[in-house]
Amino acid sequence: MIRHSLLREFSLFRLKRSVLLGIKSLWMHRLRSLLTAMGIVFGVCSVIAMLAIGEGASHEAQQQIKELGSQNIILRSVKATDATTAGEQERSLILEYGLTYRDISQIQATVPGVLVTIPAREVKDFIWNESRSIDGSTLGTVPWFPEMRNRSIVRGRFFTEIEMNTRAPVCVLSRSLARHLFPLTEPIGDTVRIQTSYFRVIGVIADDPAASSAGEEDKNGKPSAKQSAAMEMLIPISTLEDHFGEVLFKYRSGSFEAEKVELHEVTVRIDEPDRVMPAAQAIRHVLERNHKKVDYEMIVPLDLLRRAERTKQIFNIVLGSIAAISLLVGGIGIMNIMLATVTERTREIGIRRALGAKKKDIVVQFLIETVMLSGAGGVIGVALGLAIPLIITHFAEMVTIIEFWAPALAFSISVITGVLFGIYPAFRAAGMNPVEALRHE
Amino acid sequence: MVSPSHSEPVIELRGVEKHYQMGDTLVKALQGVDLKIFPGDYISILGPSGCGKSTMLNILGCLDQPSVGQYFLDGLDVSKLSDDDLSQVRGKKLGFIFQSYNLIQQLTVVENIEVPLYYQGVSEKESRDIAIELATRVGLGKRLDHRPTELSGGQQQRVAIARALSNDPSVILADEATGNLDSKSGGDILGIFDQLNADGKTLILITHDEGMSMRTSRTIRLKDGSIASDKRREEVAR
Ligand SMILES: Nc1ncnc2c1ncn2[C@@H]1O[C@H](COP(=O)(O)OP(=O)(O)O)[C@@H](O)[C@H]1O
Ligand SMILES: [Mg+2]
Repeated sequence: MIRHSLLREFSLFRLKRSVLLGIKSLWMHRLRSLLTAMGIVFGVCSVIAMLAIGEGASHEAQQQIKELGSQNIILRSVKATDATTAGEQERSLILEYGLTYRDISQIQATVPGVLVTIPAREVKDFIWNESRSIDGSTLGTVPWFPEMRNRSIVRGRFFTEIEMNTRAPVCVLSRSLARHLFPLTEPIGDTVRIQTSYFRVIGVIADDPAASSAGEEDKNGKPSAKQSAAMEMLIPISTLEDHFGEVLFKYRSGSFEAEKVELHEVTVRIDEPDRVMPAAQAIRHVLERNHKKVDYEMIVPLDLLRRAERTKQIFNIVLGSIAAISLLVGGIGIMNIMLATVTERTREIGIRRALGAKKKDIVVQFLIETVMLSGAGGVIGVALGLAIPLIITHFAEMVTIIEFWAPALAFSISVITGVLFGIYPAFRAAGMNPVEALRHE
Repeated sequence: MVSPSHSEPVIELRGVEKHYQMGDTLVKALQGVDLKIFPGDYISILGPSGCGKSTMLNILGCLDQPSVGQYFLDGLDVSKLSDDDLSQVRGKKLGFIFQSYNLIQQLTVVENIEVPLYYQGVSEKESRDIAIELATRVGLGKRLDHRPTELSGGQQQRVAIARALSNDPSVILADEATGNLDSKSGGDILGIFDQLNADGKTLILITHDEGMSMRTSRTIRLKDGSIASDKRREEVAR
């Protein structure tokens, strides 16, 4: 009932005067007002800053996962970690493991929703352009690889089906690799060498998002570990088989390693997002049946994405709790000061009541003061909260994202805190008996 | 006793009593008070400490309500009004002057005078004009933007008088208005009261100072919560 008539009787004119009066009262105790508002300042500022940092981190992670393709399931061959089987194989000197064409045909035959599969074989060896070289990875794959893996062609073109069928010695370099091997000259049209085979460069493709987000070399011109994963060359899978055969030899750490791997990587494209998780389950069954040991790994970007989202949700809950607690503390601080203020200004309340102020006038006066206090804290908090992520981005080179609603939300909460924690002191002020208030020393 | 005046009373108390419960005992701060105050009356209410003067002032000032009896202010029975309506009555019809001035410390002279107008919803411009005019009238035209702490006691009390006049009240109530002042400043204040009464204002001065009865046109003496005597000056003088 009070609130109803408050709205009706409280004209803009009176609001303006009440605000001016509030400013005067708060200004009388500047230091106290400032310290009281500090609780809210830190609450609001930490909410915005933490949201921005969290949002930035999760955005980066999600971006990388999305670039892998949310409708893809990526299978990779890995050396089985099982010690007994490894010992058994040592006699043959050739390590045989990983995914096979049989896996692919069974997946295509039995798993519902498979649109297309992208097989890939990998040779890890030095890639040369005349005297420049780098330890990189050469991936034999199919013409639809870039489209299915969301890898854009930066320059030139990808190889065609004809080139794959004719086992043409053509290659596409990742951007990092192209930069490294051809720092000054145009790579397209030139040739690169692996072991004894030469390949003509026909295009440059964007780096593998999973491998790296940075592309620059460090001061010594040597690529970092993260970057070496981005040193990638793509050739037709048929060409790779022609040139390197079934058994791949590598010279690593002073000794030869020989391994026989049919396929290093298979990307399975599923037709609809809803069918990705069931398909992943079905593929796992096929692989479990075909492989006695776990010499493969499965990456489901959609699953990673969901996990990242869940992590973010948990993060947000934690953040929300911290924010709630800090604002609660700020609110209690405000309430504490307002209660002291009410006691201190008992005489003033009595005078105002004697001069015609109604209870609700007193309520409004003190509420406005509290809200201004918390609102001012909110404004300062928003300013700091916007500045801190910028500073972090500038100095720590971390991505921070300020959602447009975050400052608005934090500010509204600060004002709501002011109202909530101001209500009790305000009603206590209004409830005072005018006669006793006037007698108060 | 008091000769009925030509006009309707501005204040009428009928059988007013005020009781306070003090533990087991019931204190009757006022009992059987019948009183009529007419427009233009200049009244001093006198009596020793504890006789019920403050209680009387609180009731006359609509700050408190009688336990028994009726109180008519400008013909309106205020003894049964709600808290909001009492505030309204105080703001519209009454002016208060207190012993300790009771100015609001964070406000300037003009702003203090404006307080009753603010609660009456008078526009900013109009209330500013009224306040400046009244401040000038009580001799504070050059101190409009001073704060109470920058003024002497007598000046503060003059601000309080201007404030009491701002809403053009039916009755002005003053409680020991000169109690905190030296005789010079006190005399100035009383001079202003005389002038206000001469201008037709109804004033009620509550005091324990016997000398006041010589100044006002009507003197009411309280004793143990009842009216012991109520005399007009002609009668006093006679
Ligand atoms: N709030 C109160 N509670 C209890 N007794 C009170 C209260 N106010 C006044 N009294 C009593 O009422 C009587 C009159 O008091 P008061 O009106 O203050 O007298 P005065 O102002 O003339 O000194 C006194 O006995 C006083 O103790
Ligand atoms: Mg008294």
